[in-house]
Amino acid sequence: MKSTHPPLSASQHSLVPESQLVPGEPSQANPSRLKPGAQLTMMRYLQDLPDAEVPHTEPVPPRFHTGRLPNSKAGDGKPRLLLMGQRRSGKSSISSVVFHKLPPSETLYLETTTRIKKESMHSFMDFQVWDFPGHLDYFDPAFDVDNIFEEIGALIWVIDAQDEYLEAIMRLNTTILNLQHSYPNINVEVFVHKVDGLSEDYKGDTFRDIIQRVQDELSDNGYENAPVSFYQTSIYDHSIFEAFSKVIQKLIPQLPTLEALLNSLCSTCHIEKAYLFDIMSKIYIATDTSPTDIGSYEICSDYIDVVIDVSEIYGWPRSEQNGDDENLTETGNNDAESLITMERKGNNYLYLREINKYLALICLMGDDSPAEKKAVIDYNVGVFQAALKQVFPRAERDAADAPAA
Amino acid sequence: MNTTKRQKQRKVLLMGKSGAGKSSMRSIVFSNYVAKDVRRLGATIDVEHSNIKFMGNLMLNLWDCGGQDGFVENYLTHQRAHVFSSVAVLIFVFDIESREFAADVISYSSIIRALAEHSPSAAVFVLIHKMDLVQARLRQQLFDERTEYIRSASESFAPTVEFFATSIWDQSLYKAWTQIIYFLIPNARSIEGLLRELAEVVEARELILYERTTCLMVTHVTRDVEAENPFSDRFERISSILKTHKQSMAKHTGIPAGSANFAEMQIKTGRFMFFITRLTENTNLAAAIPPSEQVFNAARINIALARPRFAELDIANKPRPAVQQAFAHSADSGWEGRERESAAAGFEG
Repeated sequence: MKSTHPPLSASQHSLVPESQLVPGEPSQANPSRLKPGAQLTMMRYLQDLPDAEVPHTEPVPPRFHTGRLPNSKAGDGKPRLLLMGQRRSGKSSISSVVFHKLPPSETLYLETTTRIKKESMHSFMDFQVWDFPGHLDYFDPAFDVDNIFEEIGALIWVIDAQDEYLEAIMRLNTTILNLQHSYPNINVEVFVHKVDGLSEDYKGDTFRDIIQRVQDELSDNGYENAPVSFYQTSIYDHSIFEAFSKVIQKLIPQLPTLEALLNSLCSTCHIEKAYLFDIMSKIYIATDTSPTDIGSYEICSDYIDVVIDVSEIYGWPRSEQNGDDENLTETGNNDAESLITMERKGNNYLYLREINKYLALICLMGDDSPAEKKAVIDYNVGVFQAALKQVFPRAERDAADAPAA
Repeated sequence: MNTTKRQKQRKVLLMGKSGAGKSSMRSIVFSNYVAKDVRRLGATIDVEHSNIKFMGNLMLNLWDCGGQDGFVENYLTHQRAHVFSSVAVLIFVFDIESREFAADVISYSSIIRALAEHSPSAAVFVLIHKMDLVQARLRQQLFDERTEYIRSASESFAPTVEFFATSIWDQSLYKAWTQIIYFLIPNARSIEGLLRELAEVVEARELILYERTTCLMVTHVTRDVEAENPFSDRFERISSILKTHKQSMAKHTGIPAGSANFAEMQIKTGRFMFFITRLTENTNLAAAIPPSEQVFNAARINIALARPRFAELDIANKPRPAVQQAFAHSADSGWEGRERESAAAGFEG
């Protein structure tokens, strides 16, 4: 937390109302704070569906592209993301920024986490985020290790790149080696964090050094080719979201299907790049397989902010009895959609479409896809949406519930 | 055309103690800086003049006055008449974190005295800046205390001086500047009138006129239910949203921030429809309308048709195009009719 960098502009307009900025307060585990601002239309209520406990009626065959199944006994539990690392490495800041939309500058006021904070995220898939205090030793017999690790989806180990990291690496390796016996399928994701404060060269060196040390030490202990991934992250730019996106994507069994769907949509509509975003967390759960650059992710992510913020301002519930537009048929679409055409970029434009309660499709349109053809694109996106319903049966059920709600 | 429609030069003094944030604020509002870029700014030496064209017919002659004691001394003595004469607006910036608040106020009152002497009709806006550095729950109280104290030192301006709590990290900066700009725009009334008519015609819930480069609100019209909108700070919030978006587009597409303008942005949801489009050379119009495709499309067309009328108000020196000609392609005869009426009524500023 030595970094005193001001927040990125992107987070500025997602400022929470003053009353919520009271330092310390955001860190309380309060699931209801996860909801506001996440919906594009307020017509869709975020119900706390007990879906998490209900197994899929027709389970999707396990086709993890990592070739590994999350370690879940019953197969219907919520995948769990465990945030671990040395104290003051930035774990709570990460979870506040990513899942609570806390402006990065406000994370300076977060208090030290003293006990495990468990938070449930209701989204296109339910998962839990557990934020661990840095000083505990989880392999102390006093801890119920099984309870912590049995449902795990991914173990995210945060290393402060601006600090001495040798001890962090040592603890990481101990953890990996300990877990290897009982839970060999855990995805271990290492976030080399707070890289914003480092110079370009030094950043790369540190990153390589950490990778090298972790892998050397693991192979010294006879654990070759450990399933450990590394990411450079910072809460002051989009890298933390990008890293989380990749972590979450590994936990989505339907990923290959989604990618195939997006690919075919892109080629039919001349879309340059399409992302399927989780609206609430701004994590993208899938994109087409053309090469990704962080720039286009950032544009899309900033664009979601714009749409959500404007929706928040004008989406307030109006009293219906006001008779000023009674003679108008309200033909507003249920799925929010949005479009930005740029002045200087010729035909290039951005297209957003709400897919279901949790997901939005954002496309960067290619040069040869003029805005006049929007009707065709709308139709194709509709087809895509229908296909997605088959992939995520839950979203379909929600859609059926929505009119009743 | 008469003289009132010629471009107006308004002198704006930006003063305050060294390091209070004057130049930072100016760079963000007028030069497309992102809040974190302002760390690059050095101290202002003497006075930095900048001429900012705003809305075509308003030229802001902004004097960013370096706040170091030596310079201030100089303004008050040798350059007194030069600096303080024919001032339209004085913006005085206080740093909330300043440890010598009393000294700041003394300096403020000597500046106020000089202003009263040379331009007694000027308006004074006091910005209590860097409010983000104060804990949220203490902000209001501290602001009230400071306001009272400063007002008591404002002498002849005491009844009219306006106070704003600002921070470059949120929309409060836009709120303050919107007020200042509104005060300066010569024909705000006539723009507002025209906008109100347009709102009636397109059945908009709300129309907001933004200046294009600064994203500051010029004026707005709110109708019917929308007046109950719980977000009373929505105008400056949208300013801030637009500006942030502009910067994000500039950053990722490699277009300079000054020209990374979107031609149009549409947002349609089940509760409302919203779009922002270019209205004139210098302005963008944001419209919030009921969720209906017909209304939406009609509104887009009507607003496109109303452009020449606004262009006329906007750029004062250009000869006025014939109304009939401008609306030759009008699809909506009702609108055209109103148009003629209003043209007949005249919109002289």
